This record gives sequence, C-alpha cells and structure tokens, in this order.
Amino acid sequence: MDNNISLALLIPLLPLLGFVINGIGFGKLPKALAGTIGTLTVFGSFLITLVLFGGVVAGGETASSVKAYDWITITDTLNITFEYRIDTLSIIMMLLVTGVGTLIHLYSFGYMSHDKGMGKFFAFLNLFIFSMLILVMGSDYVTMFIGWEGVGLCSFLLIGFWNQNRAYNAAAQKAFVMNRIGDLGFLAAIFLMYNAFGTSSISEISQQLGTSFKSGDPQIFWITLCLFIGAMGKSAQVPLYTWLPDAMAGPTPVSALIHAATMVTAGIYMVVRSNVLFSLAPDTLHIIAWIGCITAVLGASIGLFQNDIKKVLAYSTVSQLGFMFMALGVAAYSTGMFHVLTHAFFKALLFLGAGSVIHAVSNEQDIRKMGGLWKKLPITFWTFLIGTIAISGIPPFAGFFSKDEILANLYTHDKTIWILAMVASFMTSFYMFRLLFLTFFGSFRGTEEQKHHLHESPLTMTLPLMLLAVLSMVCGFMGLPAVFSEHHMLADFLGKAAGVVHGDHLDHNTEFMLMGISVAIAVVGLIIAFVRYGGGKNVPVSDEQMTNPITKVVYNKYYVDELYNLIIVKPLHILGDISMLVIEYLVIDLIVNGIALTSRVVGLGLRKSQTGSIGFYMYAMVIGIILFLAYFTMASNLSL
Amino acid sequence: MELQSNIPEYLRAIPQAYYLYLSATLFTIGVLGVLVRRNALIIFMCIELMLNAVNLLLASFAAYRNDAAGQVFVFFIMAVAAAEVAVGLAIIVMIHRNTRSVDVGLLKNLKW
Repeated sequence: MDNNISLALLIPLLPLLGFVINGIGFGKLPKALAGTIGTLTVFGSFLITLVLFGGVVAGGETASSVKAYDWITITDTLNITFEYRIDTLSIIMMLLVTGVGTLIHLYSFGYMSHDKGMGKFFAFLNLFIFSMLILVMGSDYVTMFIGWEGVGLCSFLLIGFWNQNRAYNAAAQKAFVMNRIGDLGFLAAIFLMYNAFGTSSISEISQQLGTSFKSGDPQIFWITLCLFIGAMGKSAQVPLYTWLPDAMAGPTPVSALIHAATMVTAGIYMVVRSNVLFSLAPDTLHIIAWIGCITAVLGASIGLFQNDIKKVLAYSTVSQLGFMFMALGVAAYSTGMFHVLTHAFFKALLFLGAGSVIHAVSNEQDIRKMGGLWKKLPITFWTFLIGTIAISGIPPFAGFFSKDEILANLYTHDKTIWILAMVASFMTSFYMFRLLFLTFFGSFRGTEEQKHHLHESPLTMTLPLMLLAVLSMVCGFMGLPAVFSEHHMLADFLGKAAGVVHGDHLDHNTEFMLMGISVAIAVVGLIIAFVRYGGGKNVPVSDEQMTNPITKVVYNKYYVDELYNLIIVKPLHILGDISMLVIEYLVIDLIVNGIALTSRVVGLGLRKSQTGSIGFYMYAMVIGIILFLAYFTMASNLSL
Repeated sequence: MELQSNIPEYLRAIPQAYYLYLSATLFTIGVLGVLVRRNALIIFMCIELMLNAVNLLLASFAAYRNDAAGQVFVFFIMAVAAAEVAVGLAIIVMIHRNTRSVDVGLLKNLKW
C-alpha cells in the first residue's frame, strides 16, 4: 500500500464540508453556487477514491486501515477506534457511492433548478454521501452503525423533502420507523458480538472466528440473524419492504441515489462485510436465501400491474434486492456484490430516466397518461431502453451477467429457489418492457398543455444518463462467466474480503443451458409485453374499472399495507387511546387539574375576605395577633 | 456597672407593677382607638399612643433591671416613629386632597 492512504481521511470529510457550507449558507448562497459546491465536493471524494483505488489494485488483498482517533476507550474492556478500513470490498463501494453520487448530484443540478429548496437539497445529499462513506469505510461495527443511522436520517429528510405535503411526511415517517425496527436488530447484533468476542472490530472478530468457533454455533446464529434483521430493514426485504415504494415521495434523484443505488444496498454490503460470520451460520444463510426469494417474487409480481412510473421501479428495486440476498443466501458473496454494482448503474439510470420523463410531462407520474415520448425525448428514450435491456437480463448488457451468475449459483445450491427466481426474472422482463412501451410508444395520452410542454432535459440531466447508460452496457464484462473467460475480474479483485472461493464452477454445458434458459425467459417477457402493450393499445384501465379480482389484489400490493395497518398500527392506536383515556385523563389530568381546581375553589371562598375596608383588616390583624400570643403563651406554659 | 449608677434611685420608688398597669392601659386604649375610630388622624394618634406605651414599659424595665439597653431602644423607637409620622401625615394629606375627608371608611376601592 502506498503513502496516499492517509488521504482516505479526506474522503468523507469533503462531503461533510459541502453539507456544512450548504447547510449554513442555505438561503444566502445562490442556487448555482450551492449546486456547484455540492457536486464538486463529492467529485473531489471520487477523485481521491480513484487514487486510493490505484493503490489497492497494486497492493492486492491486504487490507489497510487509517486511524482517525481513539473514540471510546474504557481500559481493557472496551476499545473503539474511529478507523477506516480500505480493502478491495470497501474501495469498490466507495467508488460506487462517490461515482454514482457525483453523477446524481450533477443531475440534481438540472432537476432541482426550479425548486426553492435547492441548497437544502444539496446539503442533505452531501450529508448522505458522508454517512454512506462512514458506513462503507468503518472498520468497526459501531462506526458502521453511525453511518447506518446517518443514511437512515438522510433518507427520512429527503423522502419528506417537500414537507408541505402530508402524504410525503407520512412516507418519510414510515421509512424511518421501519428502518428503526431493522436498526434494533443491528444494535442487538453488536451487543451479542461484544458478548461473544469482547470486541466489535471487524478484523479482530474474523481473527477470533478462525480459531474458536465451529460452523453452526448458536451464538453465531443469533448474531448473524440479528445482523440480517438490520439488513432486512435497510434493504427492504419481506416483511419490512413496504417503506421503499412509499419512499418514492422524495425527489427522483433521491430515489435514484438512496433508494436504488446505494443506501438500500447497505444491507448487502454489511452481509458481505461479515461474510466470515455468515459462512459459519448455514441456518441464517438458508433464511436469507428464502427471504430473498420471497421478496424477489413478491416485488416483481406487484410491479406487474403498477401504473406509477416510479412505483414500478420501486418494486423492481425491492425485487432486485431480493435477488442479491438470494445470492448471499447461497454464500455467493462476490456475486451479490456484482449485482449490487450492475444494479446501481442500471437502476440509477432508470430512475434518472424516469425523473427526466416526469420533468418533461410536468410532474405527471401515471404511465396511463404518457406514451409516444420517444420522439420528444430521444436521449432519455435510448438510455432508458438500455437500462431496461440491462435489468431484464438480455445479453450483452450488465444485468445479464450478474443475474445469470446469481441464477447459476442458485441452480447449484437449491433448485426450488432457482425456479422461483426464474419466475421473478420473467416478471422483471415483462414489467420493465411494459413500462417502456407504455411510456415511450404509441401516442401521447396526456393533456394538450402537457403535450405542448414536452421537451428534452438539459445537458446536466442527460449527461449522467448517457454516462450511466455506457456503464450499464459495459460493466457486466468485469464479471464474465467461466465459459467465456478464465478470470472473473470482480471476484478475483474482491478476493478474500468478499469470501471468494475459487474453483467451484459448473461444467460448461450446464452453464450454457442456464444462460439459454434465462435469456429465453427474458425474451419471452419482452415479447408478451410487446404484444400486449407495444402499439400503444391496451392501456391499463383506471382504478375503478378494474374487474379481475386477482389483478385487483396484485394492483393493491396484496393489501399488505392494509394488513400491517390492521395488525400493527391499529392495535397500537388502540393502546394509545387506552393510555390516553386511563393514564392521561384519569391519572395525570386528575392530579394536575385537581390541584388547580382545589386552589381555585379555596381562592373563590377566601377572596370574599378582601373587602377593601381598612377597619376590617385591622380587626383581623388584632385578632390574629391575640390568637398568636395566646397560642404561644399557652404552649410555653404547657412546656413548663 | 457605671451605667447602673446613672439610673436615679427614686425612679424605683414606685413599684414596677404600676408602670405595667399604666402601659397596658395606654396600649389597650390605643388598640381600641385604632379599631373603633374612622378618622385617620385619630387612628394615627392612637398608633402613637401604642408606641409610647411600649416606650414607657421599656424605660421602666431599664430602670428596674439596671440595663441601659431598654433606653437605647426607646430612642430608637422615637426616631422610627418620627420618620413614620412624616410619611404617614403626608399620606393623610394626600387622602384629604383626593376625598376631601380623612374618613378611612371611604377608602374601599382596593379589593378584588
């Protein structure tokens, strides 16, 4: 490792600086300056990360750490240093966060230019990048937790960015509360780890694991399960996934950056980071695989009938996160990371494309009112098309390679999950092309006014789209399957940090067969979508006209939100009402109001004596003195 | 001890109880006056009467117990009473200017 390593300290500090400047200067700095500061600080971090990346490539698998300071020191019992760990795994995530982050900052420059709160927006985005970097770079679970909470906070702030809208605020709260449930799991895991290992440092734990714990140890099982509960909340897995679709209330760049590319993958990153632990807990891995599978199928099926452009993408994200967890569940950690990377590119691209569309049609999000946009928005259309092909798993774009690798891994480990994953994959292809056809093909179905207003987005918005489109096309080649290439670049690079095991390949015939099946399924999805929606016909009916009961149930997201409302929110409300009636009214109010009422009544009686007549006061005084003297005379006589 | 000799012997010719009776009587007259009368000036004089009843008591105790502290107190009370009179009479003058009377029964506005 080279001497540049101490530069790592600067990486999170730059976005923090941007946050401070934009935060304090909000309302005073001109919009353009705020956007420039916000974008440049993240870009600066990206450049530094690139420099470090060179060092990591040269240094190979050895991890290096940069200590900022001793944070919590209690002699011999608890030692937590604020330390950054730079290794192959964290550098990849850092590149992703700062790289995609820079593009999305640039995009926001155009997207938010009409918004009063642009400075605030950039301040929050910078704070998010800072927190995410702390999460990724932290060498200790406690440090990681700081970032983990930080990104949760920023997510809350940005979902509720347009805080005049009550529904958006409710969505922000929902995300926050659901994340909190997961965070409790993470915290519990940290406590359990401290209990088991006496430390929460990642490297020390993995050292101890090698010697003193066997596979299937119950302690490890509980630790990993709690960690996974944390990941479930952050990465929107069943049953804690319902916040993510609602989180689309935030501005579109936020959906792209936080709720597609980076924050929601924090759970996957955390599991990969703890792969040494998870590998010793086969039961947890099994749970992860199944949860991932359920999430993938459920998310994809809900996506089939959604009519809000961002909701489709949101459920698609839920589903893709499920794919990543399936990969983790069969201990294919580097494969999970591979899909994190490719997904970050094509999903950010799709979200930004959707943002560009929404921008063009005057904030309309309903695809039933779009159509025929490809002539008006050529750049958006072509990049969106690339993103769609990539996510559907059609070669040679990025999604194909990563998804195929996941499917191949599932095939070797568990055929049932593999079949379900294929189903989810088919649905993915269908709903993505449905979205594409409904949005860009056929004729425009919106109002005349919107039609007149249609325009391609400015360069600040299209440039990130184009860059991400290129990345979505080529980044799959860093993980060519074994059939085509001896070297899986990403797995080789990640190496030990992501628990890569070499020499575990399918034979070539099976692999070709699997590839064939997955491509065929994606193409079938495409064709069905084209037949149904290709010519701008068969536009989905409006909500009231929906007759098919199954469609209706799926369209309404299986009524999961209503179910949660019924079994969790309602009872809590009832509990609240009871506490209010009993504790608030009968206990607290009775005491407080009772005291007040007593003194009031007494005062009402006593103030009659305030007659204003001097003579009366004098009588009262003299009688008082006499009584006083009489009392003390008697008292002193008695004591004698 | 020097102070002791300065207190004239003949003061003790009268039994001390008499002084007590006199003071008590004067004080009671003062209290009754304050309670019964409505003329502010009379009330004021009755207060003076009470103060002087106490003064007399203090002087007699000083004489009989050979302790000059009582007499010091008497002077102190006189000084305070003089100051009080100055303020009190000024107030009465103001009352008279406002109500054209010194009847305290008229001053009933200060109530709830």
